[in-house]
Amino acid sequence: MLNHFKTAILLTLILTILTGLIYPLTVTLIAKTFFPYQASGSLIRKDKTVIGSKLIAQDFKSPKYFHPRPSVSNHDPVKSGGSNLGPTSKVLINRIIMDVQKLQKENPHSSIPIDLVTESGSGLDPHISIKAAEFQIPRIAKARNITQEKIYTLIKKYSEGKLFGLYGESRVNVLLLNLDLDK
Amino acid sequence: MTLSGIFQIIVYCIVLILLIKPLGLYMARVFNHEFTLLDPILCPLEKLFYKLCGISLKKEHDWIQYAQAMLVFNLIGVIVLYLILRLQNILPFNPDKFLAISPDLAFNIAVSFVSNTNWQSYTGENTISYFTEMLGFTVQNFLSAATGISLAVAFIRAFSREQTSTLGNFWVDVVRSTLWILLPLSFALSIVFIFEGVPQNLNSYVTARTIEGKVHTIPQGPIASRESIKEIGTNGGGFLNANSAHPYENPTPLTNLLQMLAIFLIGAALTNTFGRMVKDERQGWTLFVSMLALFLIGVLVTYFYEAHGNPLLKGLCIGGNMEGKEVRFGIVDSALYSIITTCASCGAVNSMHDSFLPLGGIFSLINIMLGEIIVGGVGSGFYGILLFAIMAVFIAGLMVGRTPEYLGKKIETKEMKMTVLAILILPLCVHCFSALACITTWGIQGPLNKGPHGFSEIIYAFSSASGNNGSAFAGINANTFFYNITTGLAMLIGRFLVIVPTMAVAGSLVRKKIIPSSSGTLPTTDLTFVILLILVILTVGGLVYFPALSLGPIVEHFLMINGKTF
Repeated sequence: MLNHFKTAILLTLILTILTGLIYPLTVTLIAKTFFPYQASGSLIRKDKTVIGSKLIAQDFKSPKYFHPRPSVSNHDPVKSGGSNLGPTSKVLINRIIMDVQKLQKENPHSSIPIDLVTESGSGLDPHISIKAAEFQIPRIAKARNITQEKIYTLIKKYSEGKLFGLYGESRVNVLLLNLDLDK
Repeated sequence: MTLSGIFQIIVYCIVLILLIKPLGLYMARVFNHEFTLLDPILCPLEKLFYKLCGISLKKEHDWIQYAQAMLVFNLIGVIVLYLILRLQNILPFNPDKFLAISPDLAFNIAVSFVSNTNWQSYTGENTISYFTEMLGFTVQNFLSAATGISLAVAFIRAFSREQTSTLGNFWVDVVRSTLWILLPLSFALSIVFIFEGVPQNLNSYVTARTIEGKVHTIPQGPIASRESIKEIGTNGGGFLNANSAHPYENPTPLTNLLQMLAIFLIGAALTNTFGRMVKDERQGWTLFVSMLALFLIGVLVTYFYEAHGNPLLKGLCIGGNMEGKEVRFGIVDSALYSIITTCASCGAVNSMHDSFLPLGGIFSLINIMLGEIIVGGVGSGFYGILLFAIMAVFIAGLMVGRTPEYLGKKIETKEMKMTVLAILILPLCVHCFSALACITTWGIQGPLNKGPHGFSEIIYAFSSASGNNGSAFAGINANTFFYNITTGLAMLIGRFLVIVPTMAVAGSLVRKKIIPSSSGTLPTTDLTFVILLILVILTVGGLVYFPALSLGPIVEHFLMINGKTF
């Protein structure tokens, strides 16, 4: 039994150095050398200041931008997580009803895609579905005083399809779209 | 439900099945000490480790020594991780100056990572330093998985060997699992993850000024190197709070697919390793087919309800249930992931199970309650299903009035006592702790949701802890003294009190002679056995858990379709 303790302590020490230090640091080194952009968080810079990450949603309130999905933490990147409200929660149902009413005023002619009124699992979902982007076209066109076709082409440009035409969902990155709108 | 959705599930299964044979063969060679391609690099390293630690390759352990070594190794793991958590404020690699973790939370986390549970009472991005992530969590992600694989291999040796007392050397099995299996797989997967966008750095958190002028702090860290072992080792504890729903942990449909494959990979391949080691691959495939059938039932039911959407929102908007799900994964990949992670004792989540519909989330709960034997956690799932297989031959033996045998080993009173004990510890633990939570104020303050869903949150918490899964109906506020201690104890009981009787069964079986099969032997490689095994699993699970399930998700479902909210 005592022998076990000696071996356990030594083996823990050695495997800690191997799997806790050598392994992650080697991966970090490779990442830094070959994929520096991804390794440092896919950050987007404008005049040298970081304006966000391609992968992390940010808040857009102005009518001239595409809006992301609602988020329980108001898109605060250090507070990731979902609402965790269950399907029979009054809070959830009332929240969705209120959001639906708001969106109906904005675009009374289309039905509302579910992702625009549900909070994502991370609260930082950088994407919206193509339908959710198209739903917002009339509002943005009006606010920017440009044609709807122009925005429609932009959505097409940034659409990402399914993996092998099968896995995941077609989607569009809100931040990239908005950056292009401002160009 | 769409055809393309069903097709995704089928393609996933096919890819998984194609991976089973090569990895199963490889692992069999690793544990039989036969030549593999990595030997030239790893053998010298292995020898060095043995020399430094005083491990003798020739000295084998009987079941008691094997279990003792495992317990001591895990005890040291808990102590080291606890100390790291308590001292992380003065340790290096802490650019964002996180404080030391409180004693009750540190106990919970240490037990959680060593027992391969990875229950998340912590919120990664604002409490855990990079030092803890790397030298604490990443290490235990490897070691707890290696422990599981070693135990499974020891259990397999109980069938492949005869008339001996030893089951192998625990230290050797741990070292070989880590060097030959876990490290190379994690390394390769990390690189793909980084390419797809998972960050890997030691930078402090980035401050960004958003387009509309808000100031954002964006977390960073060595995420990719932990992400890969998190799935490969069915650990599941997130680097970031949202786990694999977070775009940094799981940025694309490709990383999502790889994660789903990684979670099942070793557990599924172990069935083939088992078949090879007992010299009849069909034995392994039989177990796998039974698992696959149970898996598909769960996936299809979950997918059906989630795609159908919440009936309380009918007419308001179009689409399935997207609350708590990410657009890049959609309904199918979220439903599939939720079932894989709960079948496999992983506990990583790419969507919030708490927001699934009652009958969309019920199979996550059922999979955990059955003991995570549908593929299961690396190693633990495999010895779990072997216990059910022993139970199945025993029941069949009773029905026809013969002494039950499995793989030529007679199953007698002693083994049955230990098997039943190992199987019943889990439900006992789940029910006792849940009952305690329901009758105390500390417990009742936990759930976020009201009504039956709140009860589901409690029962899910203790099922997940006892079953060493680690996923949650995460609305529950688990970072309280009461929940940290109770779930911590549940994790210890669910892991180690199951392992001891399991190893006792192995120790008793390895001494027996392998009797050649005769006309009176129940074949364990045909459809009859598959059905028998599935029925035994469902009967045990059904009888034990049905009352709890009907008070939670089932009653919630009926209230929901009648328009009741809480």
